[in-house]
Amino acid sequence: MRIELEKRPRVSLLFSVLSPLLALVLTLVFGAIMFWLLGKSPLNALYVYFVEPLLEVWSLHELAIKAAPLILIGVGLAVCYRSNNWNIGAEGQFTIGAIAGSILPVLYPQWHSWIILPLMLVMGMAGGALYAGIPALLKTRFNTNEILTSLMLVYIAQLFLDWLVRGPWRDPQGYNFPQTKSFQVEAVLPEMLASGRAHWAFVFAIVAAVALWFMMRFMLKGFEVSVLGQSERAGRFAGFSARRMVWFAMLLSGALAGLAGISEVSGSIGHVQPSISPGYGFTAIIVAFLGRLNPLGIVASGLVLALTYLGGEAAQLSIGISDKVSRVFQGLLLFFVLSCDTLIHYRIKLVFSDVRTVEAKG
Amino acid sequence: MKKLIIALAASAALLGGFTSGAQAQEKKKVCFIYVGSRTDGGWTQAHDLGRQQLDKALGAKVETPFLENVPEGPDAERAIERMARSGCAMVFTTSFGFMDATVKVAAKFPDIKFEHATGFKAAPNLATYNSRFYEGRYIQGQIAAKMSKKGLAGYIASFPIPEVVMGINAFELGAKSVNPNFKLKVVWANTWFDPGKEADAAKALIDQGVDILTQHTDTTAPMQVAAERGILAFGQASDMIAAGPKTQLTAIVDTWGAYYIKRAQALLDGTWKSEQIWDGLKDGILTMAPYTNMPDDVKAMAEETEAKIKSGELHPFTGPINKQDGSAWLKAGEKAQDGVLLGMNFYIEGVDDKLPQ
Repeated sequence: MRIELEKRPRVSLLFSVLSPLLALVLTLVFGAIMFWLLGKSPLNALYVYFVEPLLEVWSLHELAIKAAPLILIGVGLAVCYRSNNWNIGAEGQFTIGAIAGSILPVLYPQWHSWIILPLMLVMGMAGGALYAGIPALLKTRFNTNEILTSLMLVYIAQLFLDWLVRGPWRDPQGYNFPQTKSFQVEAVLPEMLASGRAHWAFVFAIVAAVALWFMMRFMLKGFEVSVLGQSERAGRFAGFSARRMVWFAMLLSGALAGLAGISEVSGSIGHVQPSISPGYGFTAIIVAFLGRLNPLGIVASGLVLALTYLGGEAAQLSIGISDKVSRVFQGLLLFFVLSCDTLIHYRIKLVFSDVRTVEAKG
Repeated sequence: MKKLIIALAASAALLGGFTSGAQAQEKKKVCFIYVGSRTDGGWTQAHDLGRQQLDKALGAKVETPFLENVPEGPDAERAIERMARSGCAMVFTTSFGFMDATVKVAAKFPDIKFEHATGFKAAPNLATYNSRFYEGRYIQGQIAAKMSKKGLAGYIASFPIPEVVMGINAFELGAKSVNPNFKLKVVWANTWFDPGKEADAAKALIDQGVDILTQHTDTTAPMQVAAERGILAFGQASDMIAAGPKTQLTAIVDTWGAYYIKRAQALLDGTWKSEQIWDGLKDGILTMAPYTNMPDDVKAMAEETEAKIKSGELHPFTGPINKQDGSAWLKAGEKAQDGVLLGMNFYIEGVDDKLPQ
């Protein structure tokens, strides 16, 4: 006996909308079982994990801080994936964006002018876009697989950052710790409200999400993305160029990842250090799919994923659960999203092998 | 369905509210934040053992929640703030890299007591505490000089901060008190906690011919490499004898427990003050693991040195000491000031390495 996936003749519209919610509920149910097996009260644990961080203002600020890079990167990736280009290297573009954006405050710490921050943001976006341009060039020129090239460039970016902050960019007064000088006030992304630490990166994320949603929904460019993504041949008939689309998709997602990188360094960290991201570029892939590659859906899924980070801390502190639990939740969530999606398009069929051999003989 | 959800949410809220309310009345929360895993076999584990001792000693009056694997940076500031807001009366932040985050959060919560390990920034509600690790390293250096056949030891260092440089110098001073020509090779792993990098550093040093290994990083990886290659090594932060039963000579064991109990008691009594504490072997904040895998005369020498340091008869940084370039640093009989030690950024004569600047 074996199991086969058989394509469904019709895809249920209701369930393709419900699928992420269903995945969320299944994650919660399995999470509850896991807490119960660990000997904790499942209800209390889920409350601490998913509700408590939402009840206080300061914690909502922290949620926005954590969600901003996920959403910024996620919406860019969504457009990229819709066009059938698979940029897996957002983490690297995030890193290069952060480095490119930090050039001014690191090299010119005495420059006090309001213009420095906008310049940093633009340079961050340019850095991320250029870095994503490498796999785009390789793909359009040599037909290489962008999944591999973009992923491998992540490690190069991280090692380059590591070298910079341990070598030429290290703060001479920093007790030899591998980090740069703290940025001057003018180079720090300001906080949005007085009530907490959340800074403007969250606004950038929302603006980017709405703009890309508008583009995908109402603009010719959005139509071009979807058509080329679904069928390159059909796109050619409509006069769209798949090659130009590779450039557009990679540069856009790279620029947004770069913006996320410089915003994180400028707004949350305040200097450059060897580790600037707990894997935002990779988590954003989960965020993009959980949001069904829809920019507005990604705002919601980015907040959910951010909550799993914060909840992990709250749960560790008040009920003593290991910090690995947040990783488990993120994994469960991705697993259920993917399997729900699969089961909307396919149904499981049990095939009894002996039946088939009989048929073959007959 | 909707009613069910409301009912569930309400009961959950009740449950959450009830438990946290009950705890706040009975016990004071003394919280700990760790940079690594509390089972790392080194630095963080030593702090966690201290926390457990505190739990045992004052468990009726305090409880001791903790957060582990907190990265230094923005996540640390959020984690410390979460502790402050979750009702902790006192927070121990146990890594140098938590310094700026601790200072920021301490300024926001003046009623909560903070204690930062190995740092140098204090405030009315922020104390610092540290241990004179160099005392143990001096003893290790003496043992190394007796046990090494080649007169050459390897030192796996983390970051070139004063704390670590001081340790390297103390080791070399101890070694030179036995063998004036003793040489020390240093490899910078640029991490506190990374078993892979630490093991690589250990292999690189052994390939360069050292036959004694010591480390200022947190995991047992170097000890395991030393055991595989059949050379001797010193443990760090925790007793690492399990990782090298035939390898470990001794280890500097951080015994924070007594300090944690003392400070938590002060909190309960209302006598807590912000202090900058730098305790040593005599105060029990560090202890030497049993002297093993060495002949009796070496063991006797190590015990004698330990006793002399405890009694104050011997200060490892006593002149005459020259800097690496041969220029004089301390005159004969002159002892180094604490302030100079805490800002140390130069090597003494005999260290075979260039200090990264």
